[in-house]
Amino acid sequence: MDEPHVPPVDHPDPVPGGRRAAAAAALADLDCVPGVEKPDPILIADEVTRRFGGLTAVDVEHLEIQRGVITALIGPNGAGKTTFFNLLTGFDQPDTGSWSFDGEQLGRVPAHAVAHRGMVRTFQLTKALTRLTVIENMRLGATRQTGERFITAPFRAAWRGREDDITAQADELLKRFRLDHVRDDYAGTLSGGQRKLREMARSLMVKPRLVMLDEPMAGVNPALTESLLGHVKDLPEDGMTVVFVEHDMDVVMDISDWVVVMAQGRIIAEGTPHAVASNPEVIDAYLGEHHDDKSAYETGPVAIDHALARSVAEGYE
Amino acid sequence: MDFSLIFTSALREAFGTQAAYYALLVIGLNVHYGYTGLLNFGQAGFAMVGAYGVGIMVTWAGWSLWAALPMGLVGGLLFALLLGLPTLRLRGDYFAITTIAASEILRRVIRSSWASDVTGGTSGLGDVAPEFTRLNPFDGRVKLVGQWSYFGSDVWSGLWTWAVVLLVTLLVWLLMRSPWGRVLRAIREDEDAARSLGKNVVSFKLQSLVLGGMIGSLGGIMLTLQRSSVIDQVFEPRTTFFAYAALILGGAATTFGPIIGSMLFWFLFTASTQFLREMARQGWMPGFLESSDSTGTLVLAMVGLLIVLLTVFRPQGVFGDRQELLLDG
Repeated sequence: MDEPHVPPVDHPDPVPGGRRAAAAAALADLDCVPGVEKPDPILIADEVTRRFGGLTAVDVEHLEIQRGVITALIGPNGAGKTTFFNLLTGFDQPDTGSWSFDGEQLGRVPAHAVAHRGMVRTFQLTKALTRLTVIENMRLGATRQTGERFITAPFRAAWRGREDDITAQADELLKRFRLDHVRDDYAGTLSGGQRKLREMARSLMVKPRLVMLDEPMAGVNPALTESLLGHVKDLPEDGMTVVFVEHDMDVVMDISDWVVVMAQGRIIAEGTPHAVASNPEVIDAYLGEHHDDKSAYETGPVAIDHALARSVAEGYE
Repeated sequence: MDFSLIFTSALREAFGTQAAYYALLVIGLNVHYGYTGLLNFGQAGFAMVGAYGVGIMVTWAGWSLWAALPMGLVGGLLFALLLGLPTLRLRGDYFAITTIAASEILRRVIRSSWASDVTGGTSGLGDVAPEFTRLNPFDGRVKLVGQWSYFGSDVWSGLWTWAVVLLVTLLVWLLMRSPWGRVLRAIREDEDAARSLGKNVVSFKLQSLVLGGMIGSLGGIMLTLQRSSVIDQVFEPRTTFFAYAALILGGAATTFGPIIGSMLFWFLFTASTQFLREMARQGWMPGFLESSDSTGTLVLAMVGLLIVLLTVFRPQGVFGDRQELLLDG
């Protein structure tokens, strides 16, 4: 196969007017190089490494995440995206490195405390609290509920007011995510797509400033993809910053304002979706040394690479 | 074959002191396993520290019974912290192994001759609760219906134990309908999800371990009041297994499951025992099964079979929700 030909295209700005558009506009003039400084970063990571025995899973020198936009984290399988996610959110401990969230140092802060500071994640494999109802799943996400303290828990009067507020907030989110009809069903009865929706809705109950979505579209029925994408796009309009890991390149190109590419633990490129799609290093990373070998596209694990190659070749119209 | 004797014996046990004591162990286990998903296989150990906490304070330190009673709970608290602090960060199966090992090690230490000055060793501690026995207003045998009757002393301690069972059930119900209980159930379903939503999972698990463990210790305290003596043999691991059987029979993560489960368990256990005894009395048993030793073993096999049958046909227990059981991750 020939080197994919990437025609220069004037990419129509998919961003609607609003807070996100304003924040994204500031990224337009940046150099598309790894570790580039952003005008208004919410998350700054330095020298973050994580080794598993001899394997360096993550080795990020410097990364800044712009506030108020949607940043995609992409890369081939095993690039260290999820590990990097786990480190940033306190689910794994790094060997070296530090990072700050909104000016606060977050290195070695336990996962639950990370969530309390306003940085919430979802999981690639959704974590349905199966034998809790959907509404209980939602309520769980709320913070500042004094009824979660052992001493006050037996006294309903102490936490009922807050519980009512939480329930109202949860019902509103369920309505917005079109899950109100399954409100009282066990979460385990939801379909894969509904679980993704519920997981995203539940994470919003924490009232986060930064939402980290690990493969929000994986395993979602195409009929639901559009609605799920719509919800992700809405988050910056509500003042949230979004970082997400995704394999589906159509999704990445559709909703992200900035793309960070990882390969073998390192950040090899970042830039606007367009700049990244035409970056030869990215194509190399995805297709590897064997991108002349046609058989590589016909096996399962590289189907994603294939998708990128195809997308790159098509130039994203 | 005297079926009415079998039935009344079984009924007597189902409402007796033993079932009430087990109900407390099972309520504690329900907090651990049913609501939080903690596999505690050392519940007998919690009951043991409760019982010895009281017994040692009375016989060795010379305290009055009433001052010694809270020490049983302190024992449960300390045992829970000792077990939980190092192990709750580990995965569930490591925790399960640690609990059964720790409670068995502690029991071996208690019965060793090295500790016998304090614990009474293999002969245990006697005359622990004379103050409690002295207050007993019931004389002789208290008759209920037909052959269904209790010794006065059992009525006295039984009423107290059942009253404690109801109080603890109320407390657990209040806790589990609260947001605190919701966090425990979330941890049971998926720790990482709870963590990602800002819940300090280790702290909640420790709270659950302490609560359920102290309820188990309360069981040990009530047992000490019932018997006025403490001996290590009643806290063998099989006590924990009986408690698990009762929990599954009644329905895990339900309010009344532990109570009904304990009653049902002791009903089945006694009915099986009496049935086999009657069989032996009638000469229907083969010779090698006639001794009371082999009957005791056969009872366990029979109860095991009954539990298997019940869990096959009603896996959710008496109160459980079958729908809930069928859900997968």
